Amino acid sequence: MDILSLFVLIPVLTITAILLLKDTRQVRLVSAFGMGLQLLMAAVLVYLYLSARHAGNIDEMLFVKDYLWFKSLNIHYAVGVDGISVAMISLTSLVVFAGIFASWEVEILKKEFFISLILLATGVFGFFISIDLFTMFMFYELAVIPMYLLIGIWGSGPKEYSAMKLTLMLMGGSALLLVGLLGIYFNSSPDKNQLTFNILEISKVVIPLPAQRMFFPLTFVGFGVLGALFPFHTWSPDGHASAPTAVSMLHAGVLMKLGGYGAFRVAIFLMPEAAHELSWIFIILTSISVIYGAFGAIAQKDLKYINAYSSVSHCGLVLFAVLMMNQTAMTGAIIQMISHGLMTALFFGLIGMVYGRTHTRMISEMGGLMKVIPFLSVCYVIAGLASLGLPGLSGFVAEMTIFVGAFQHPELFYRIVTIIIVSSIVITAVYILRVIAILLLGPTTNEHFEHLPDAKWFEKISVITLIGSVAAIGLAPFWLSTMIGTSMHPIIERILALNPF
Amino acid sequence: MSLGTFLIMRHELLLIAAALIVLIAEIFWNPDKKSSISLFSIILFGVITIIGFLPSPAGPLFGGMYVSSGTRLLMKNILNIGALIVFIQSVTWLKKEENSEKISEYFLLLISTLVGMNFMISAGHFLIFYIGIELATIPIAALAAYDRYKNKSAEAGIKLILTSALSSGVMLYGLSMIYGTTGTMYFSEVASLFGNTSLQILGFIFFFAGMAFKISIVPFHLWTADVYEGSPVNITSYLSVISKGAAIFILMIILFKVFPIIMGTWQKTIFVTSVLTMTIGNLFAIRQQNLKRFLAFSSISQAGYILLGLIGGNQLGMASVMYYILVYIFSNLGAFGVVTAISNATGKENIDDYNGLYQTNPKLSLIMTLALFSLAGIPPVAGFFGKFFLFTAAAQQGFYLLVLIAVLNTIISLFYYLLVVKAMFISKNENPIGSFRSDFSTRFAFGICVAGIVVTGFASVIFEAIKNLSFGV
Repeated sequence: MDILSLFVLIPVLTITAILLLKDTRQVRLVSAFGMGLQLLMAAVLVYLYLSARHAGNIDEMLFVKDYLWFKSLNIHYAVGVDGISVAMISLTSLVVFAGIFASWEVEILKKEFFISLILLATGVFGFFISIDLFTMFMFYELAVIPMYLLIGIWGSGPKEYSAMKLTLMLMGGSALLLVGLLGIYFNSSPDKNQLTFNILEISKVVIPLPAQRMFFPLTFVGFGVLGALFPFHTWSPDGHASAPTAVSMLHAGVLMKLGGYGAFRVAIFLMPEAAHELSWIFIILTSISVIYGAFGAIAQKDLKYINAYSSVSHCGLVLFAVLMMNQTAMTGAIIQMISHGLMTALFFGLIGMVYGRTHTRMISEMGGLMKVIPFLSVCYVIAGLASLGLPGLSGFVAEMTIFVGAFQHPELFYRIVTIIIVSSIVITAVYILRVIAILLLGPTTNEHFEHLPDAKWFEKISVITLIGSVAAIGLAPFWLSTMIGTSMHPIIERILALNPF
Repeated sequence: MSLGTFLIMRHELLLIAAALIVLIAEIFWNPDKKSSISLFSIILFGVITIIGFLPSPAGPLFGGMYVSSGTRLLMKNILNIGALIVFIQSVTWLKKEENSEKISEYFLLLISTLVGMNFMISAGHFLIFYIGIELATIPIAALAAYDRYKNKSAEAGIKLILTSALSSGVMLYGLSMIYGTTGTMYFSEVASLFGNTSLQILGFIFFFAGMAFKISIVPFHLWTADVYEGSPVNITSYLSVISKGAAIFILMIILFKVFPIIMGTWQKTIFVTSVLTMTIGNLFAIRQQNLKRFLAFSSISQAGYILLGLIGGNQLGMASVMYYILVYIFSNLGAFGVVTAISNATGKENIDDYNGLYQTNPKLSLIMTLALFSLAGIPPVAGFFGKFFLFTAAAQQGFYLLVLIAVLNTIISLFYYLLVVKAMFISKNENPIGSFRSDFSTRFAFGICVAGIVVTGFASVIFEAIKNLSFGV
């Protein structure tokens, strides 16, 4: 058994254990134990990875395991990680761990809730360890489908509508993706003899340019739907607003990262020429995502909607940076994914906790919460500051790297767009500070709010885990950026070799 | 007739023997224990199914009118598995008071359709093919009218017999043109004498239209929903899985073996009909309230996806079609099994009736979900692999546009499959279907279906074995 497959096996075993449980009260304990173990495994993986790199292992992917699955189509179950996937796996295990504690008090169908949640996590972990496009796609769909039940059963508001919209749009994305992947597969070998789904092997050949032009947009948009690419982002606000807390955390924190990661690892890495040629279209779309998302967040009155639009904006930034195709910007994109994953999970977690107390998410109906629930409020401020890019927290590191990298692009168009994008920081500050001012400061408007209890122990675990990580990245970013940058190097080299610009 | 001849025709001969044994056995059966005939028939058929997998000689018989090969044996075995599941699922229903007088007829008729299908698949001559297809259709019409005191059931029987008569007429007309231009009815000779003249193309189109009736490809699908709704559920599931599967198998063989010369023509035909079938099947399924009609339209759209495997005329395509039919048997019979179980217990067949089913019957809901996800092609169940291979087969020949249309269609289909999931898991209901426990046979059939849905995908040996037996144009 290799260490990477354990990341799929542990969730599956946890699910099996939950299924066998008779007593529903133990379900959350088992889930927390399983996902805690997963978090521990992620730490072990980081350690093993770093020590392997220190020992001088310069392979593109480490811990590679390859099992032939469908011989006639050359489909493998192949796993392997580089610094980028290790970072994403760590992010996932953190968010899932926090998510379990944030949903400690699920009322109905506990067993089913945790099973669906962990099934979703299984898909995400499997996606990040795969280096075979087939298994990657399989895990991708596996991660999307539990969302339907999670939102539909345990959600709030127009949950059935939102769940259906989200599922169909994401599956629509994966439909485009499937065609793109098949196109890559059938062009993965110049003489058509040894077709392969293996990313590393495909990266050794150059897919013919006409095929790239056809399949790059399909693949990029396919992943882009999940990464909230304008105009395919509309599932995100509705979905996030209706989803239960832990699901919003996991979805905005992790699942949306599948889009960014896939766009980068599959679409751009394997088809860099078309990516360079067509990047202007997607740069425009992602810029709209960033700016429109930020303005959208200003106009919203519901806390979850604000955060959902802010996610659209931040994830748009990821896709934007990835399209710049240089070392700094792409490293920034990965850091942004991690940073946004942590802080948006934190946000959604906190919103869920506030909502659990005040029973409203409308900012106009709340006020002065700082006096009543100081712990949660302070955490909310920290999350907000991270989101608007305050130095010392992770958001700053990520955005700074992205903007520096994006401005390095030699062409004027890209620099102008970068300048426009930078303005989103200001807009972000507006909606974050506005919420903090209305929600937390000022007099307590509603007397019912005066005796709200502050965070319970399980909520504290959830929140502190995330805040700790956000601060750690902000204070010591070089650990992360070196790990990512080293792995980014061979990718950039390949892109530049094909696109001398 | 030597022993070798018997062995080559093993499937057909055994089935005929079984049909006769069931018929004779009924005469001597203790009238008080009539319902145990079904157990006897199932065991008999189960043995035949197992014998079918034993190695067997292959080759032509009767001067090439009958051909047996590894591929065709595999197709027959796939059909046998499906029929066995249908048989097991019918036990509960056959136990009912009104059916107790005609149990052996049920098995006799179903087994004779299976004989017809086997002959059809093994045909090396259009005459045998035609006899097979008629033998496969007419008893089904009798079965569709099995509940003959119900108006809808009688109507279904009449509709089925009339449409299949029409489709046979259309097909025979096409075959006569093919005969007129080539002077032969042997598959191998037609293949070598076939040209590209307009009369021959016309003959082919008529032949294809006739087959399209059997597979219920749009625009020849109009009989499907009514017949499916009116027939007893078990007959519906048999029609939607086994009959359809057999017709697709023989269409595939004939396209690949007899008409390779006009491949360009039939690729265009299939392209158009496939797009129409998927889209119209899916769009109509959205509006259905009755689950049998719902599954009827879903099975129409499934036929559209299956055509994607045919269009390339490649080995991978044939393998993926056979594989998909196997997966489809498990998934569709799983879904129909749930409908049957609930219809037997409560008589309810509407989607609204399923509201809140998860509260009272969690296991049935989970099986239904699994089956529907498999039909929709959601991983990690077998339907995902089946669809993926079908799409790969079409993409291999460059039909990317068709694949794109097909995958977008799977999204539409996901929508209405999720509507059922929503009804079972999310929708509230004041008085949901009461909790009940199915009897052993139903649960046994579910066991087979669920195992099939889960295992067929992951176990790559199954696909590889099928692939090794397939061939391209």
